Amino acid sequence: MELFQRTATELQKMLACSQVTSEQIVQAFINRIEAEDSQMRAYLTITAKEALGAAQASDLRRKQGQPLSKWDGVPIAVKDNMSTKNVRTTCGSKMLEEYIPPYDATVIGRIKNAGMPILGKTNMDEFAMGSSTENSAFAKTHNPVNLQKVPGGSSGGSAAAVAGFEAPWSLGSDTGGSIRQPASFCGVVGLKPTYGLVSRYGLVAYASSLDQIGPIGHRVQDVAALLQLIAGHDYKDSTSVTVSVPDYQASLVADVSGLRIGIAKEFFSEGLNNQVKSAVMRAVQNLSQAGAEVVDVSLPLTDYAIETYYLIATAEASANLARYDGVRYGLRVAGDDSVAMFKHTRAEGFGTEVKRRIMLGTYALSAGYYDAYYKKAQQVRTLIRREFEQAFTQVDVIITPTTPTTAFGFGEKKDPLEMYLSDIYTVTPNLAGVPGLSMPCGVDSNNLPIGVQMIATHFSEPVLLRTAFALEQIQRKGEFNE
Amino acid sequence: MSEYEVVIGLEIHAELLTKSKIFCGCTTEFGGEPNSHCCPICLGLPGALPVLNEKAVEYAIKAGLALNCQIPGYSKFDRKNYFYPDLPKAYQISQFDLPVCVQGRVDYELEEMQQSTGITRVHMEEEAGKSVHSGDNILGSDFSLMDYNRTGIPLIEIVTEPDLRSAAEAKAFLEQLKSILQYIKVSDCKMEEGSLRCDANVSLRLKGTKEFGTKVEIKNLNSFRAVERVLEYEIRRQRQVYEQGGSIVQETRTWDDSRMITVSMRSKEESHDYRYFPEPDLVPLEIDLNWVRSLKEGLPELPLAKKHRLMEQYDLSSMDADQLTTDQEMASYFERTVASYTNGKVVSNWLTGDFSRLLNTSGLEISKVKVTPQQLAELLRLIDEGIISGKQGKDVLTEMFCSGTAPEQIIKDKGFEQISDSKALEQISADIIAANPQIVQRYQDGEDRLLGFFVGQVMKETKGKANPGLVNALLREKLKATDS
Repeated sequence: MELFQRTATELQKMLACSQVTSEQIVQAFINRIEAEDSQMRAYLTITAKEALGAAQASDLRRKQGQPLSKWDGVPIAVKDNMSTKNVRTTCGSKMLEEYIPPYDATVIGRIKNAGMPILGKTNMDEFAMGSSTENSAFAKTHNPVNLQKVPGGSSGGSAAAVAGFEAPWSLGSDTGGSIRQPASFCGVVGLKPTYGLVSRYGLVAYASSLDQIGPIGHRVQDVAALLQLIAGHDYKDSTSVTVSVPDYQASLVADVSGLRIGIAKEFFSEGLNNQVKSAVMRAVQNLSQAGAEVVDVSLPLTDYAIETYYLIATAEASANLARYDGVRYGLRVAGDDSVAMFKHTRAEGFGTEVKRRIMLGTYALSAGYYDAYYKKAQQVRTLIRREFEQAFTQVDVIITPTTPTTAFGFGEKKDPLEMYLSDIYTVTPNLAGVPGLSMPCGVDSNNLPIGVQMIATHFSEPVLLRTAFALEQIQRKGEFNE
Repeated sequence: MSEYEVVIGLEIHAELLTKSKIFCGCTTEFGGEPNSHCCPICLGLPGALPVLNEKAVEYAIKAGLALNCQIPGYSKFDRKNYFYPDLPKAYQISQFDLPVCVQGRVDYELEEMQQSTGITRVHMEEEAGKSVHSGDNILGSDFSLMDYNRTGIPLIEIVTEPDLRSAAEAKAFLEQLKSILQYIKVSDCKMEEGSLRCDANVSLRLKGTKEFGTKVEIKNLNSFRAVERVLEYEIRRQRQVYEQGGSIVQETRTWDDSRMITVSMRSKEESHDYRYFPEPDLVPLEIDLNWVRSLKEGLPELPLAKKHRLMEQYDLSSMDADQLTTDQEMASYFERTVASYTNGKVVSNWLTGDFSRLLNTSGLEISKVKVTPQQLAELLRLIDEGIISGKQGKDVLTEMFCSGTAPEQIIKDKGFEQISDSKALEQISADIIAANPQIVQRYQDGEDRLLGFFVGQVMKETKGKANPGLVNALLREKLKATDS
C-alpha cells in the first residue's frame, strides 16, 4: 500500500513508531499531487516547499522526542477560504486572485501548532457559493471516483483531495452542505460541527450565521481526530461557544444499542433518487439490526428550508462581500471616480453566481422588502430550530440522505434553482445550528458513491461519531465477508 | 405676518476615550503614521471578526446614565450598509432598533432659564477612516489616500428629541452635553479634532400647530460657533422660503464655509437605503443591571448640580458658577483651591479673572498649568495677610504661571514684599508732605480727592511696595495733624 493511500490515523501511528518520516509522507503526497492534480484540479495553490520545510521540522521534533502533538507531521489540505499567513487565499475568486493574507485563521493556527504540514489550498466554488465547484474562477475540480462528474461543492477540492489520495484529510467549510454534499459525492466522511464549536476567525465569510469549518477524512476516526484539533472556544470569534470539548475518540464505540434513530418522511420525498433512498434505508436497517431503535419523526418545516436558507445566506453574503471594492486589497479595476472603481472592480471580480446571490440578498434586505423576506426567513429559521429541538427530545440521531442524487456531470445543472435543490437535505442543520455528518453508504449502478447524513442536536458530535463509527464497522465487516 | 416656531433636533457623535478600538486591540491614540494603528479586524480583511470592547460598552452606558437615560437589559448590533472608501467592510457596525440607552433628558440653562431637552437614544457604533485628497477637495484631486488609523474608534451617537426651539438653545444644549461627557470622562469632545461632531434636523412650523414642518438635515456643524451660525442661517432661509410662499424640500444640506450658506447635498430620493440587519458576527448584548447600578453610583457630580451647589455654598453669581463648572478641570481646580483657602468668592474671582485670562493667552489646558491649587491658595493668603498687595498678586500669579515657582519665592526673588513698616512709611510720608505745602493747603481746604496724590507719591517713592491701606491711614493722619 502506498503512503498516500493511508488514512491520517494510520500515518500518525506509523510516525509514532518511526516507520516513516513526515518528510517521506509529505513527499509522497506531493508526488501524487504532481502526478494527478493536473487532471483532478483539487488544489488552487500547492505549498510543496512550505510543507516539506514543516515536515523536516516535524521530523526533527520527533527525533528529539518533542512532538508538538500526536498529529505532528501528518499533512493536511485546507479549503482556500481559510486565511493562511503569507500564502494566497483566493476563495476561488478572481477578486482575491493575488490576495496574500497577513494572518492565520484560528484553525490554521491550531493545525500549525499541532505540527501539521499544509500541502496546499483546495479549490472551491467562488466564495463558497455553489454545489459543484464549477463556480471556481480558476478550475473545475473533477470527482476522483469518476472524472466526468463534479466533486460537489463548495468544498469540492477538499473532498476530492482526500478521495483522490492527494491529502490524507482536509478542512472544508459548510454553510448549507458544502462539506457534507461533496463528501457524499466523493465517497468520504465529512462533518459540519455545531455552529459555534469551531472558530470562524479567518474563515472568509459567506453567510456568517451559517458558516462552520469542519473535517473531511477517509474514516470516521480521522474526522473525530481532526475535529478534536480544531474545536473549542476562541475569544476572537464572539459566536464561538465556551462549552468544554469532549474526547471525541472516546465516542468511537461500535455500539448503537438503545440509540434512537429518527426517520423523517420529509427527507425521503419526491426528487430523491431510488438507489440513494434504498442505500440510506439499508444503512438504517444495519443500525437497527445492531440494536438501534428506529422512530418516525416529523419535520414539516423542512419544506421551507431551501427558501429560508437562500434568503438568510444571501442577505448576509450581500454585506459580507461588500468589502471587495478594490480600495484596500484584491482586484482593482480603475474608474473615473471611486464609485466607478467600485462598480468596475465588482463587475469584473465576481462571477455570475456570486453576483446573483449578492443581488438576491441586497433585495431581501431592502427597505420595503425586509419584513417580507429577511425577517420572515429569520422567523421561519427559529421555527425550524425549535422543530429540530422538539424532534431531538424523541430521538438521538436523525438519518437522511445527504443528497437527492449521486454526483452529477459538468454543466448538468444549468438552472440555478435546480442546483440549489441539491442542498435540500443539508441546509436544515445549518439553519438549526446543529451538527451533521455525511458518510458513504454504498454506490449506485454507475459506481458513484452514495452518502448518508446523520444529524444530532447541538454539541452532540459524540452521538454522531458513535453512530457513524458503528455503521462504518458494520460496512467493513460486510466488505470483509464479501 | 405669520409667526413661525423653530424645531431643531440634534444628532451628536462623540468618540469614546477607550484605550483600544471598539472591535479590536488597536490603539485609539490620535495621530500616528497613516495606517500604523491597524490590524486585520479594523481593516476588514477577509475572515477577520469583531470582538466587542467591554470598556466601550461601559462608557456608552455611563454616558446614557449621565443623560438620564434608561438602560434596557438587552441590546444588539446591526450592520449599516453603504459603500465608501473610508469604510473598510462597506458596512458600519452600529445599532438600529435596540440601542444601548434610551429615553433620557438633559437639563441646562440658557440666560438663567431652566431648559430640558429629551434624548431619544444613545447608540454605539464604529468610527470610519479618513480620506486624504491629493488636491484641496475630492473633486479637484487626481487621487485620494486612505488612513484607517481612526477606523474602529468607538463612537456614541446621541439623538435628541425635536425639543430645541432656537439656535441659541441648540448651542446651550450642546455645551451642556459636552460638559457632561467631559465630566464623566467618556469623551474629550474636541470638535476641532473631530471627536465631537454634530448634525441637525431643522424645520419650521406655524406657531400653535402640532404637525412638524418638512425637515432639513444639516451635516457637519463642526464648531460651537458654527452650530449657532449655521442654524441661524438655515432658520432664516426656511422662513424666507415660507414667507415667499414656497415650500421646503426634505433634503440633506451642508454648510459652505466660504459662501456662508447651507447648500443641498442630496434629496430625500437620493438618500441611502442602509439595509440594516442584525450583525451575525456579534452576540446580542445582555447587560447586567447590577453593573449598570454600580456605574450609576460611580458617576461624579454633574455640571449643573455642581453649579448650583457652588452658587449656594460660596455665594457665587450664576455667571461665575457657569464659568467655573463648564469645564470639569476648572471645577476641580476651584474645589481643590477652596480646600486650602476657604473664601470661595475670592477664589472664584481670581479663577474667572486673571487665571482664565492667563489660560486663554497661554492656550494651556488647566491640567497643564504649573500653578497648583495649593500655590494659588497660598498666594491669596499672602494678599490677605498684607505681605503683598492685590495688584502685586496679579504679577506674582503671572510669574507663577510661567515658572511654576511658589509665590513666597517669587515675592522674595523679585522684591515684591510690601512695605508695612509704619516707621519707614512715616518718614517718606512726612518728606512728601513737607515738599508739597500748596497741595497740603488745598487738601486741608477741602479737596479730599488730593489724598490720592499723596498716596501716589508714596507708592512712586516705594516702587509700589508700600502697603496701600497703611499709607492711606498714615497720610490721612499726618495731613490732619498738620492742620491742627
